[in-house]
Amino acid sequence: MTQPGRIEITGGRNSLRPTDEEIAFLKDRAKFCRLETIRLIEIAKVGHYTSVFSAAELFSALYYDAMDLRRGEPKWEDRDRFMMGKGHAAVGLFPLLADLDFIDRDVLDGYTRLGNPLGDHPDMTKVPGIDFSSGSIGHALSAGCGMALAGRMLGKDFYTYVMIGDGELQEGQVWEAALFGAHNGLGKLIGIIDRNGYQLDGSVDDIIGVEPIVEKWQAFGWETHVVDGHDVAAVATLLRTLKADRERTRPVMIIAETVKGKGVSYMETEPGWHLGYLDPSDAARAIAEIEAMEI
Amino acid sequence: MNKPLSDKSWQYRQLNAVTPGLDALSDALIELVAAGEPIVAGTADLQYSNGLAKFHALHPDRFVQFGISEQNMVSAAAGMAAVGMKPYVATFASFLALLCCEQIRMDVAYSKLPVRLIGHHAGISLGFYGTSHHATEDLAIMRSIANLTVIAPADGNQLKEVITAANDYPHPIYIRIQRGRDPEVYAQRQPFTIGKAISHYSGTDLMIIATGSTVHPALEATRALRAAGASVGFLDMATVKPIDRDAILEAAGQSPRILTVEEHNVLGGLGGAVAEVLASEGLPVKLTRHGIYDEYSLIAPPTHLYAHYELDAKGIEARATRLLEGRA
Repeated sequence: MTQPGRIEITGGRNSLRPTDEEIAFLKDRAKFCRLETIRLIEIAKVGHYTSVFSAAELFSALYYDAMDLRRGEPKWEDRDRFMMGKGHAAVGLFPLLADLDFIDRDVLDGYTRLGNPLGDHPDMTKVPGIDFSSGSIGHALSAGCGMALAGRMLGKDFYTYVMIGDGELQEGQVWEAALFGAHNGLGKLIGIIDRNGYQLDGSVDDIIGVEPIVEKWQAFGWETHVVDGHDVAAVATLLRTLKADRERTRPVMIIAETVKGKGVSYMETEPGWHLGYLDPSDAARAIAEIEAMEI
Repeated sequence: MNKPLSDKSWQYRQLNAVTPGLDALSDALIELVAAGEPIVAGTADLQYSNGLAKFHALHPDRFVQFGISEQNMVSAAAGMAAVGMKPYVATFASFLALLCCEQIRMDVAYSKLPVRLIGHHAGISLGFYGTSHHATEDLAIMRSIANLTVIAPADGNQLKEVITAANDYPHPIYIRIQRGRDPEVYAQRQPFTIGKAISHYSGTDLMIIATGSTVHPALEATRALRAAGASVGFLDMATVKPIDRDAILEAAGQSPRILTVEEHNVLGGLGGAVAEVLASEGLPVKLTRHGIYDEYSLIAPPTHLYAHYELDAKGIEARATRLLEGRA
């Protein structure tokens, strides 16, 4: 495995397409995200594996490529911000925060144990590197709008990235934020929909359909992009491209086509894995598949 | 013909532009901007009701119109505070405290962000607009949210002082105000301390404790009772949370009876907070909680409602008299 954290300050590259070496590194970090998720959920004995697995390449491309961050400086004022409405995927984000020296390894290893700051949902008051708390679905895009608008008012140049789930689009508040972001021309706000097609009770289409997603965001006045959310090179290239235009006057919504549970065959086909636990014997099978996966 | 025929006709914007009910909020924020503070003010399609139109006109770059999207407003305010601004967001108390309760809890209070939530037209002050526009539960709801400070200023001057006192206060605050047409209790520039009750009178027969909109009428009632010979004390409990325990204990030490008065359900608000202090100290005081008795208000103009519910000076005096005479 590549040594974590080779990149001291990420973001702002000149070449829009990552090099082969960079792509290999980003793939490795996505793998790291999945494997660490399995390890941490073994501590808690319950967790949201598949919500992380659909977003692993997105996390990797954001934290190791697109976002301007400084290793070990989670409160650096000019850093790019990230938050997610699907806060239950935080178990996949915490290992990255440790990897970037935002939190201690020991803290990571105490995931969900009494008094540890790391729980199923991210808490900005307890976890360095978490830019906004979440857990109640539907608030994040609004908070992101506030951050992006305040950044502009304060003359800051940072970007605000907000990941939301496709099921999350059922929350009315998301559409309040959709109106607001477009109305205020928040060009440094980049939303990412992890369109994995499933929520707790079943497929999004069966529960309350949200299609056509792309047309909806377009109609709301957002610049939209559709990308294969597991093609980390494509995601990174898109994010670099978006950031290269610093004069944008519309917010962006990326619709990332993903597979819930990506990387573990028996999870990809069974939505019940939204929440669950893998006995060590099954965890070993999952780890073997993830180790072998080539996207 | 695009103008009304009679000068008795009026329209909302024009009326509020000429005689804004709620000047104090804008005035206080304008002062803070002048002092270089990173203030931002927002509202949800109510800038003429809460007077923020004045702030808007002067500082369009620091004003955010959220439209009829209150939940988005509260979460976005939290986002703004998270990157270093001092946001004040205002809408009717009924919408702010009830519709946005969860956004307040999760994004503002749990996240410990210094957002100022201005719930205006609280209580039954919107009269015949009805229950959808009344907030008689907000104190109880906001008081039960950890990390959140709850303050109900009695008038515009006190509101200004609350905002000044709150400027560097690190916690989020719910500020409950009325329509801005409240009679003045306080002269200008009387410094305010968050968490400290303001004692107006001490008394050995009865102590009246009021907050926000009931301070003025309850103070009038106190004066009338005192003029009639009763020893009636009065406390303005502007900060409902954290409540001034010492002031309550001192009041209980002086008087065998306490009457709390609030434009709010008698459950969970000021009366509830005082009851908690008295009960936890095991004090043998007769506490009467006066307000809205766990019901939805009738439809009527506000002054008629205050008379009906004994929340005007006369009504409070009558309520206190019954208590002093041992009739209720």
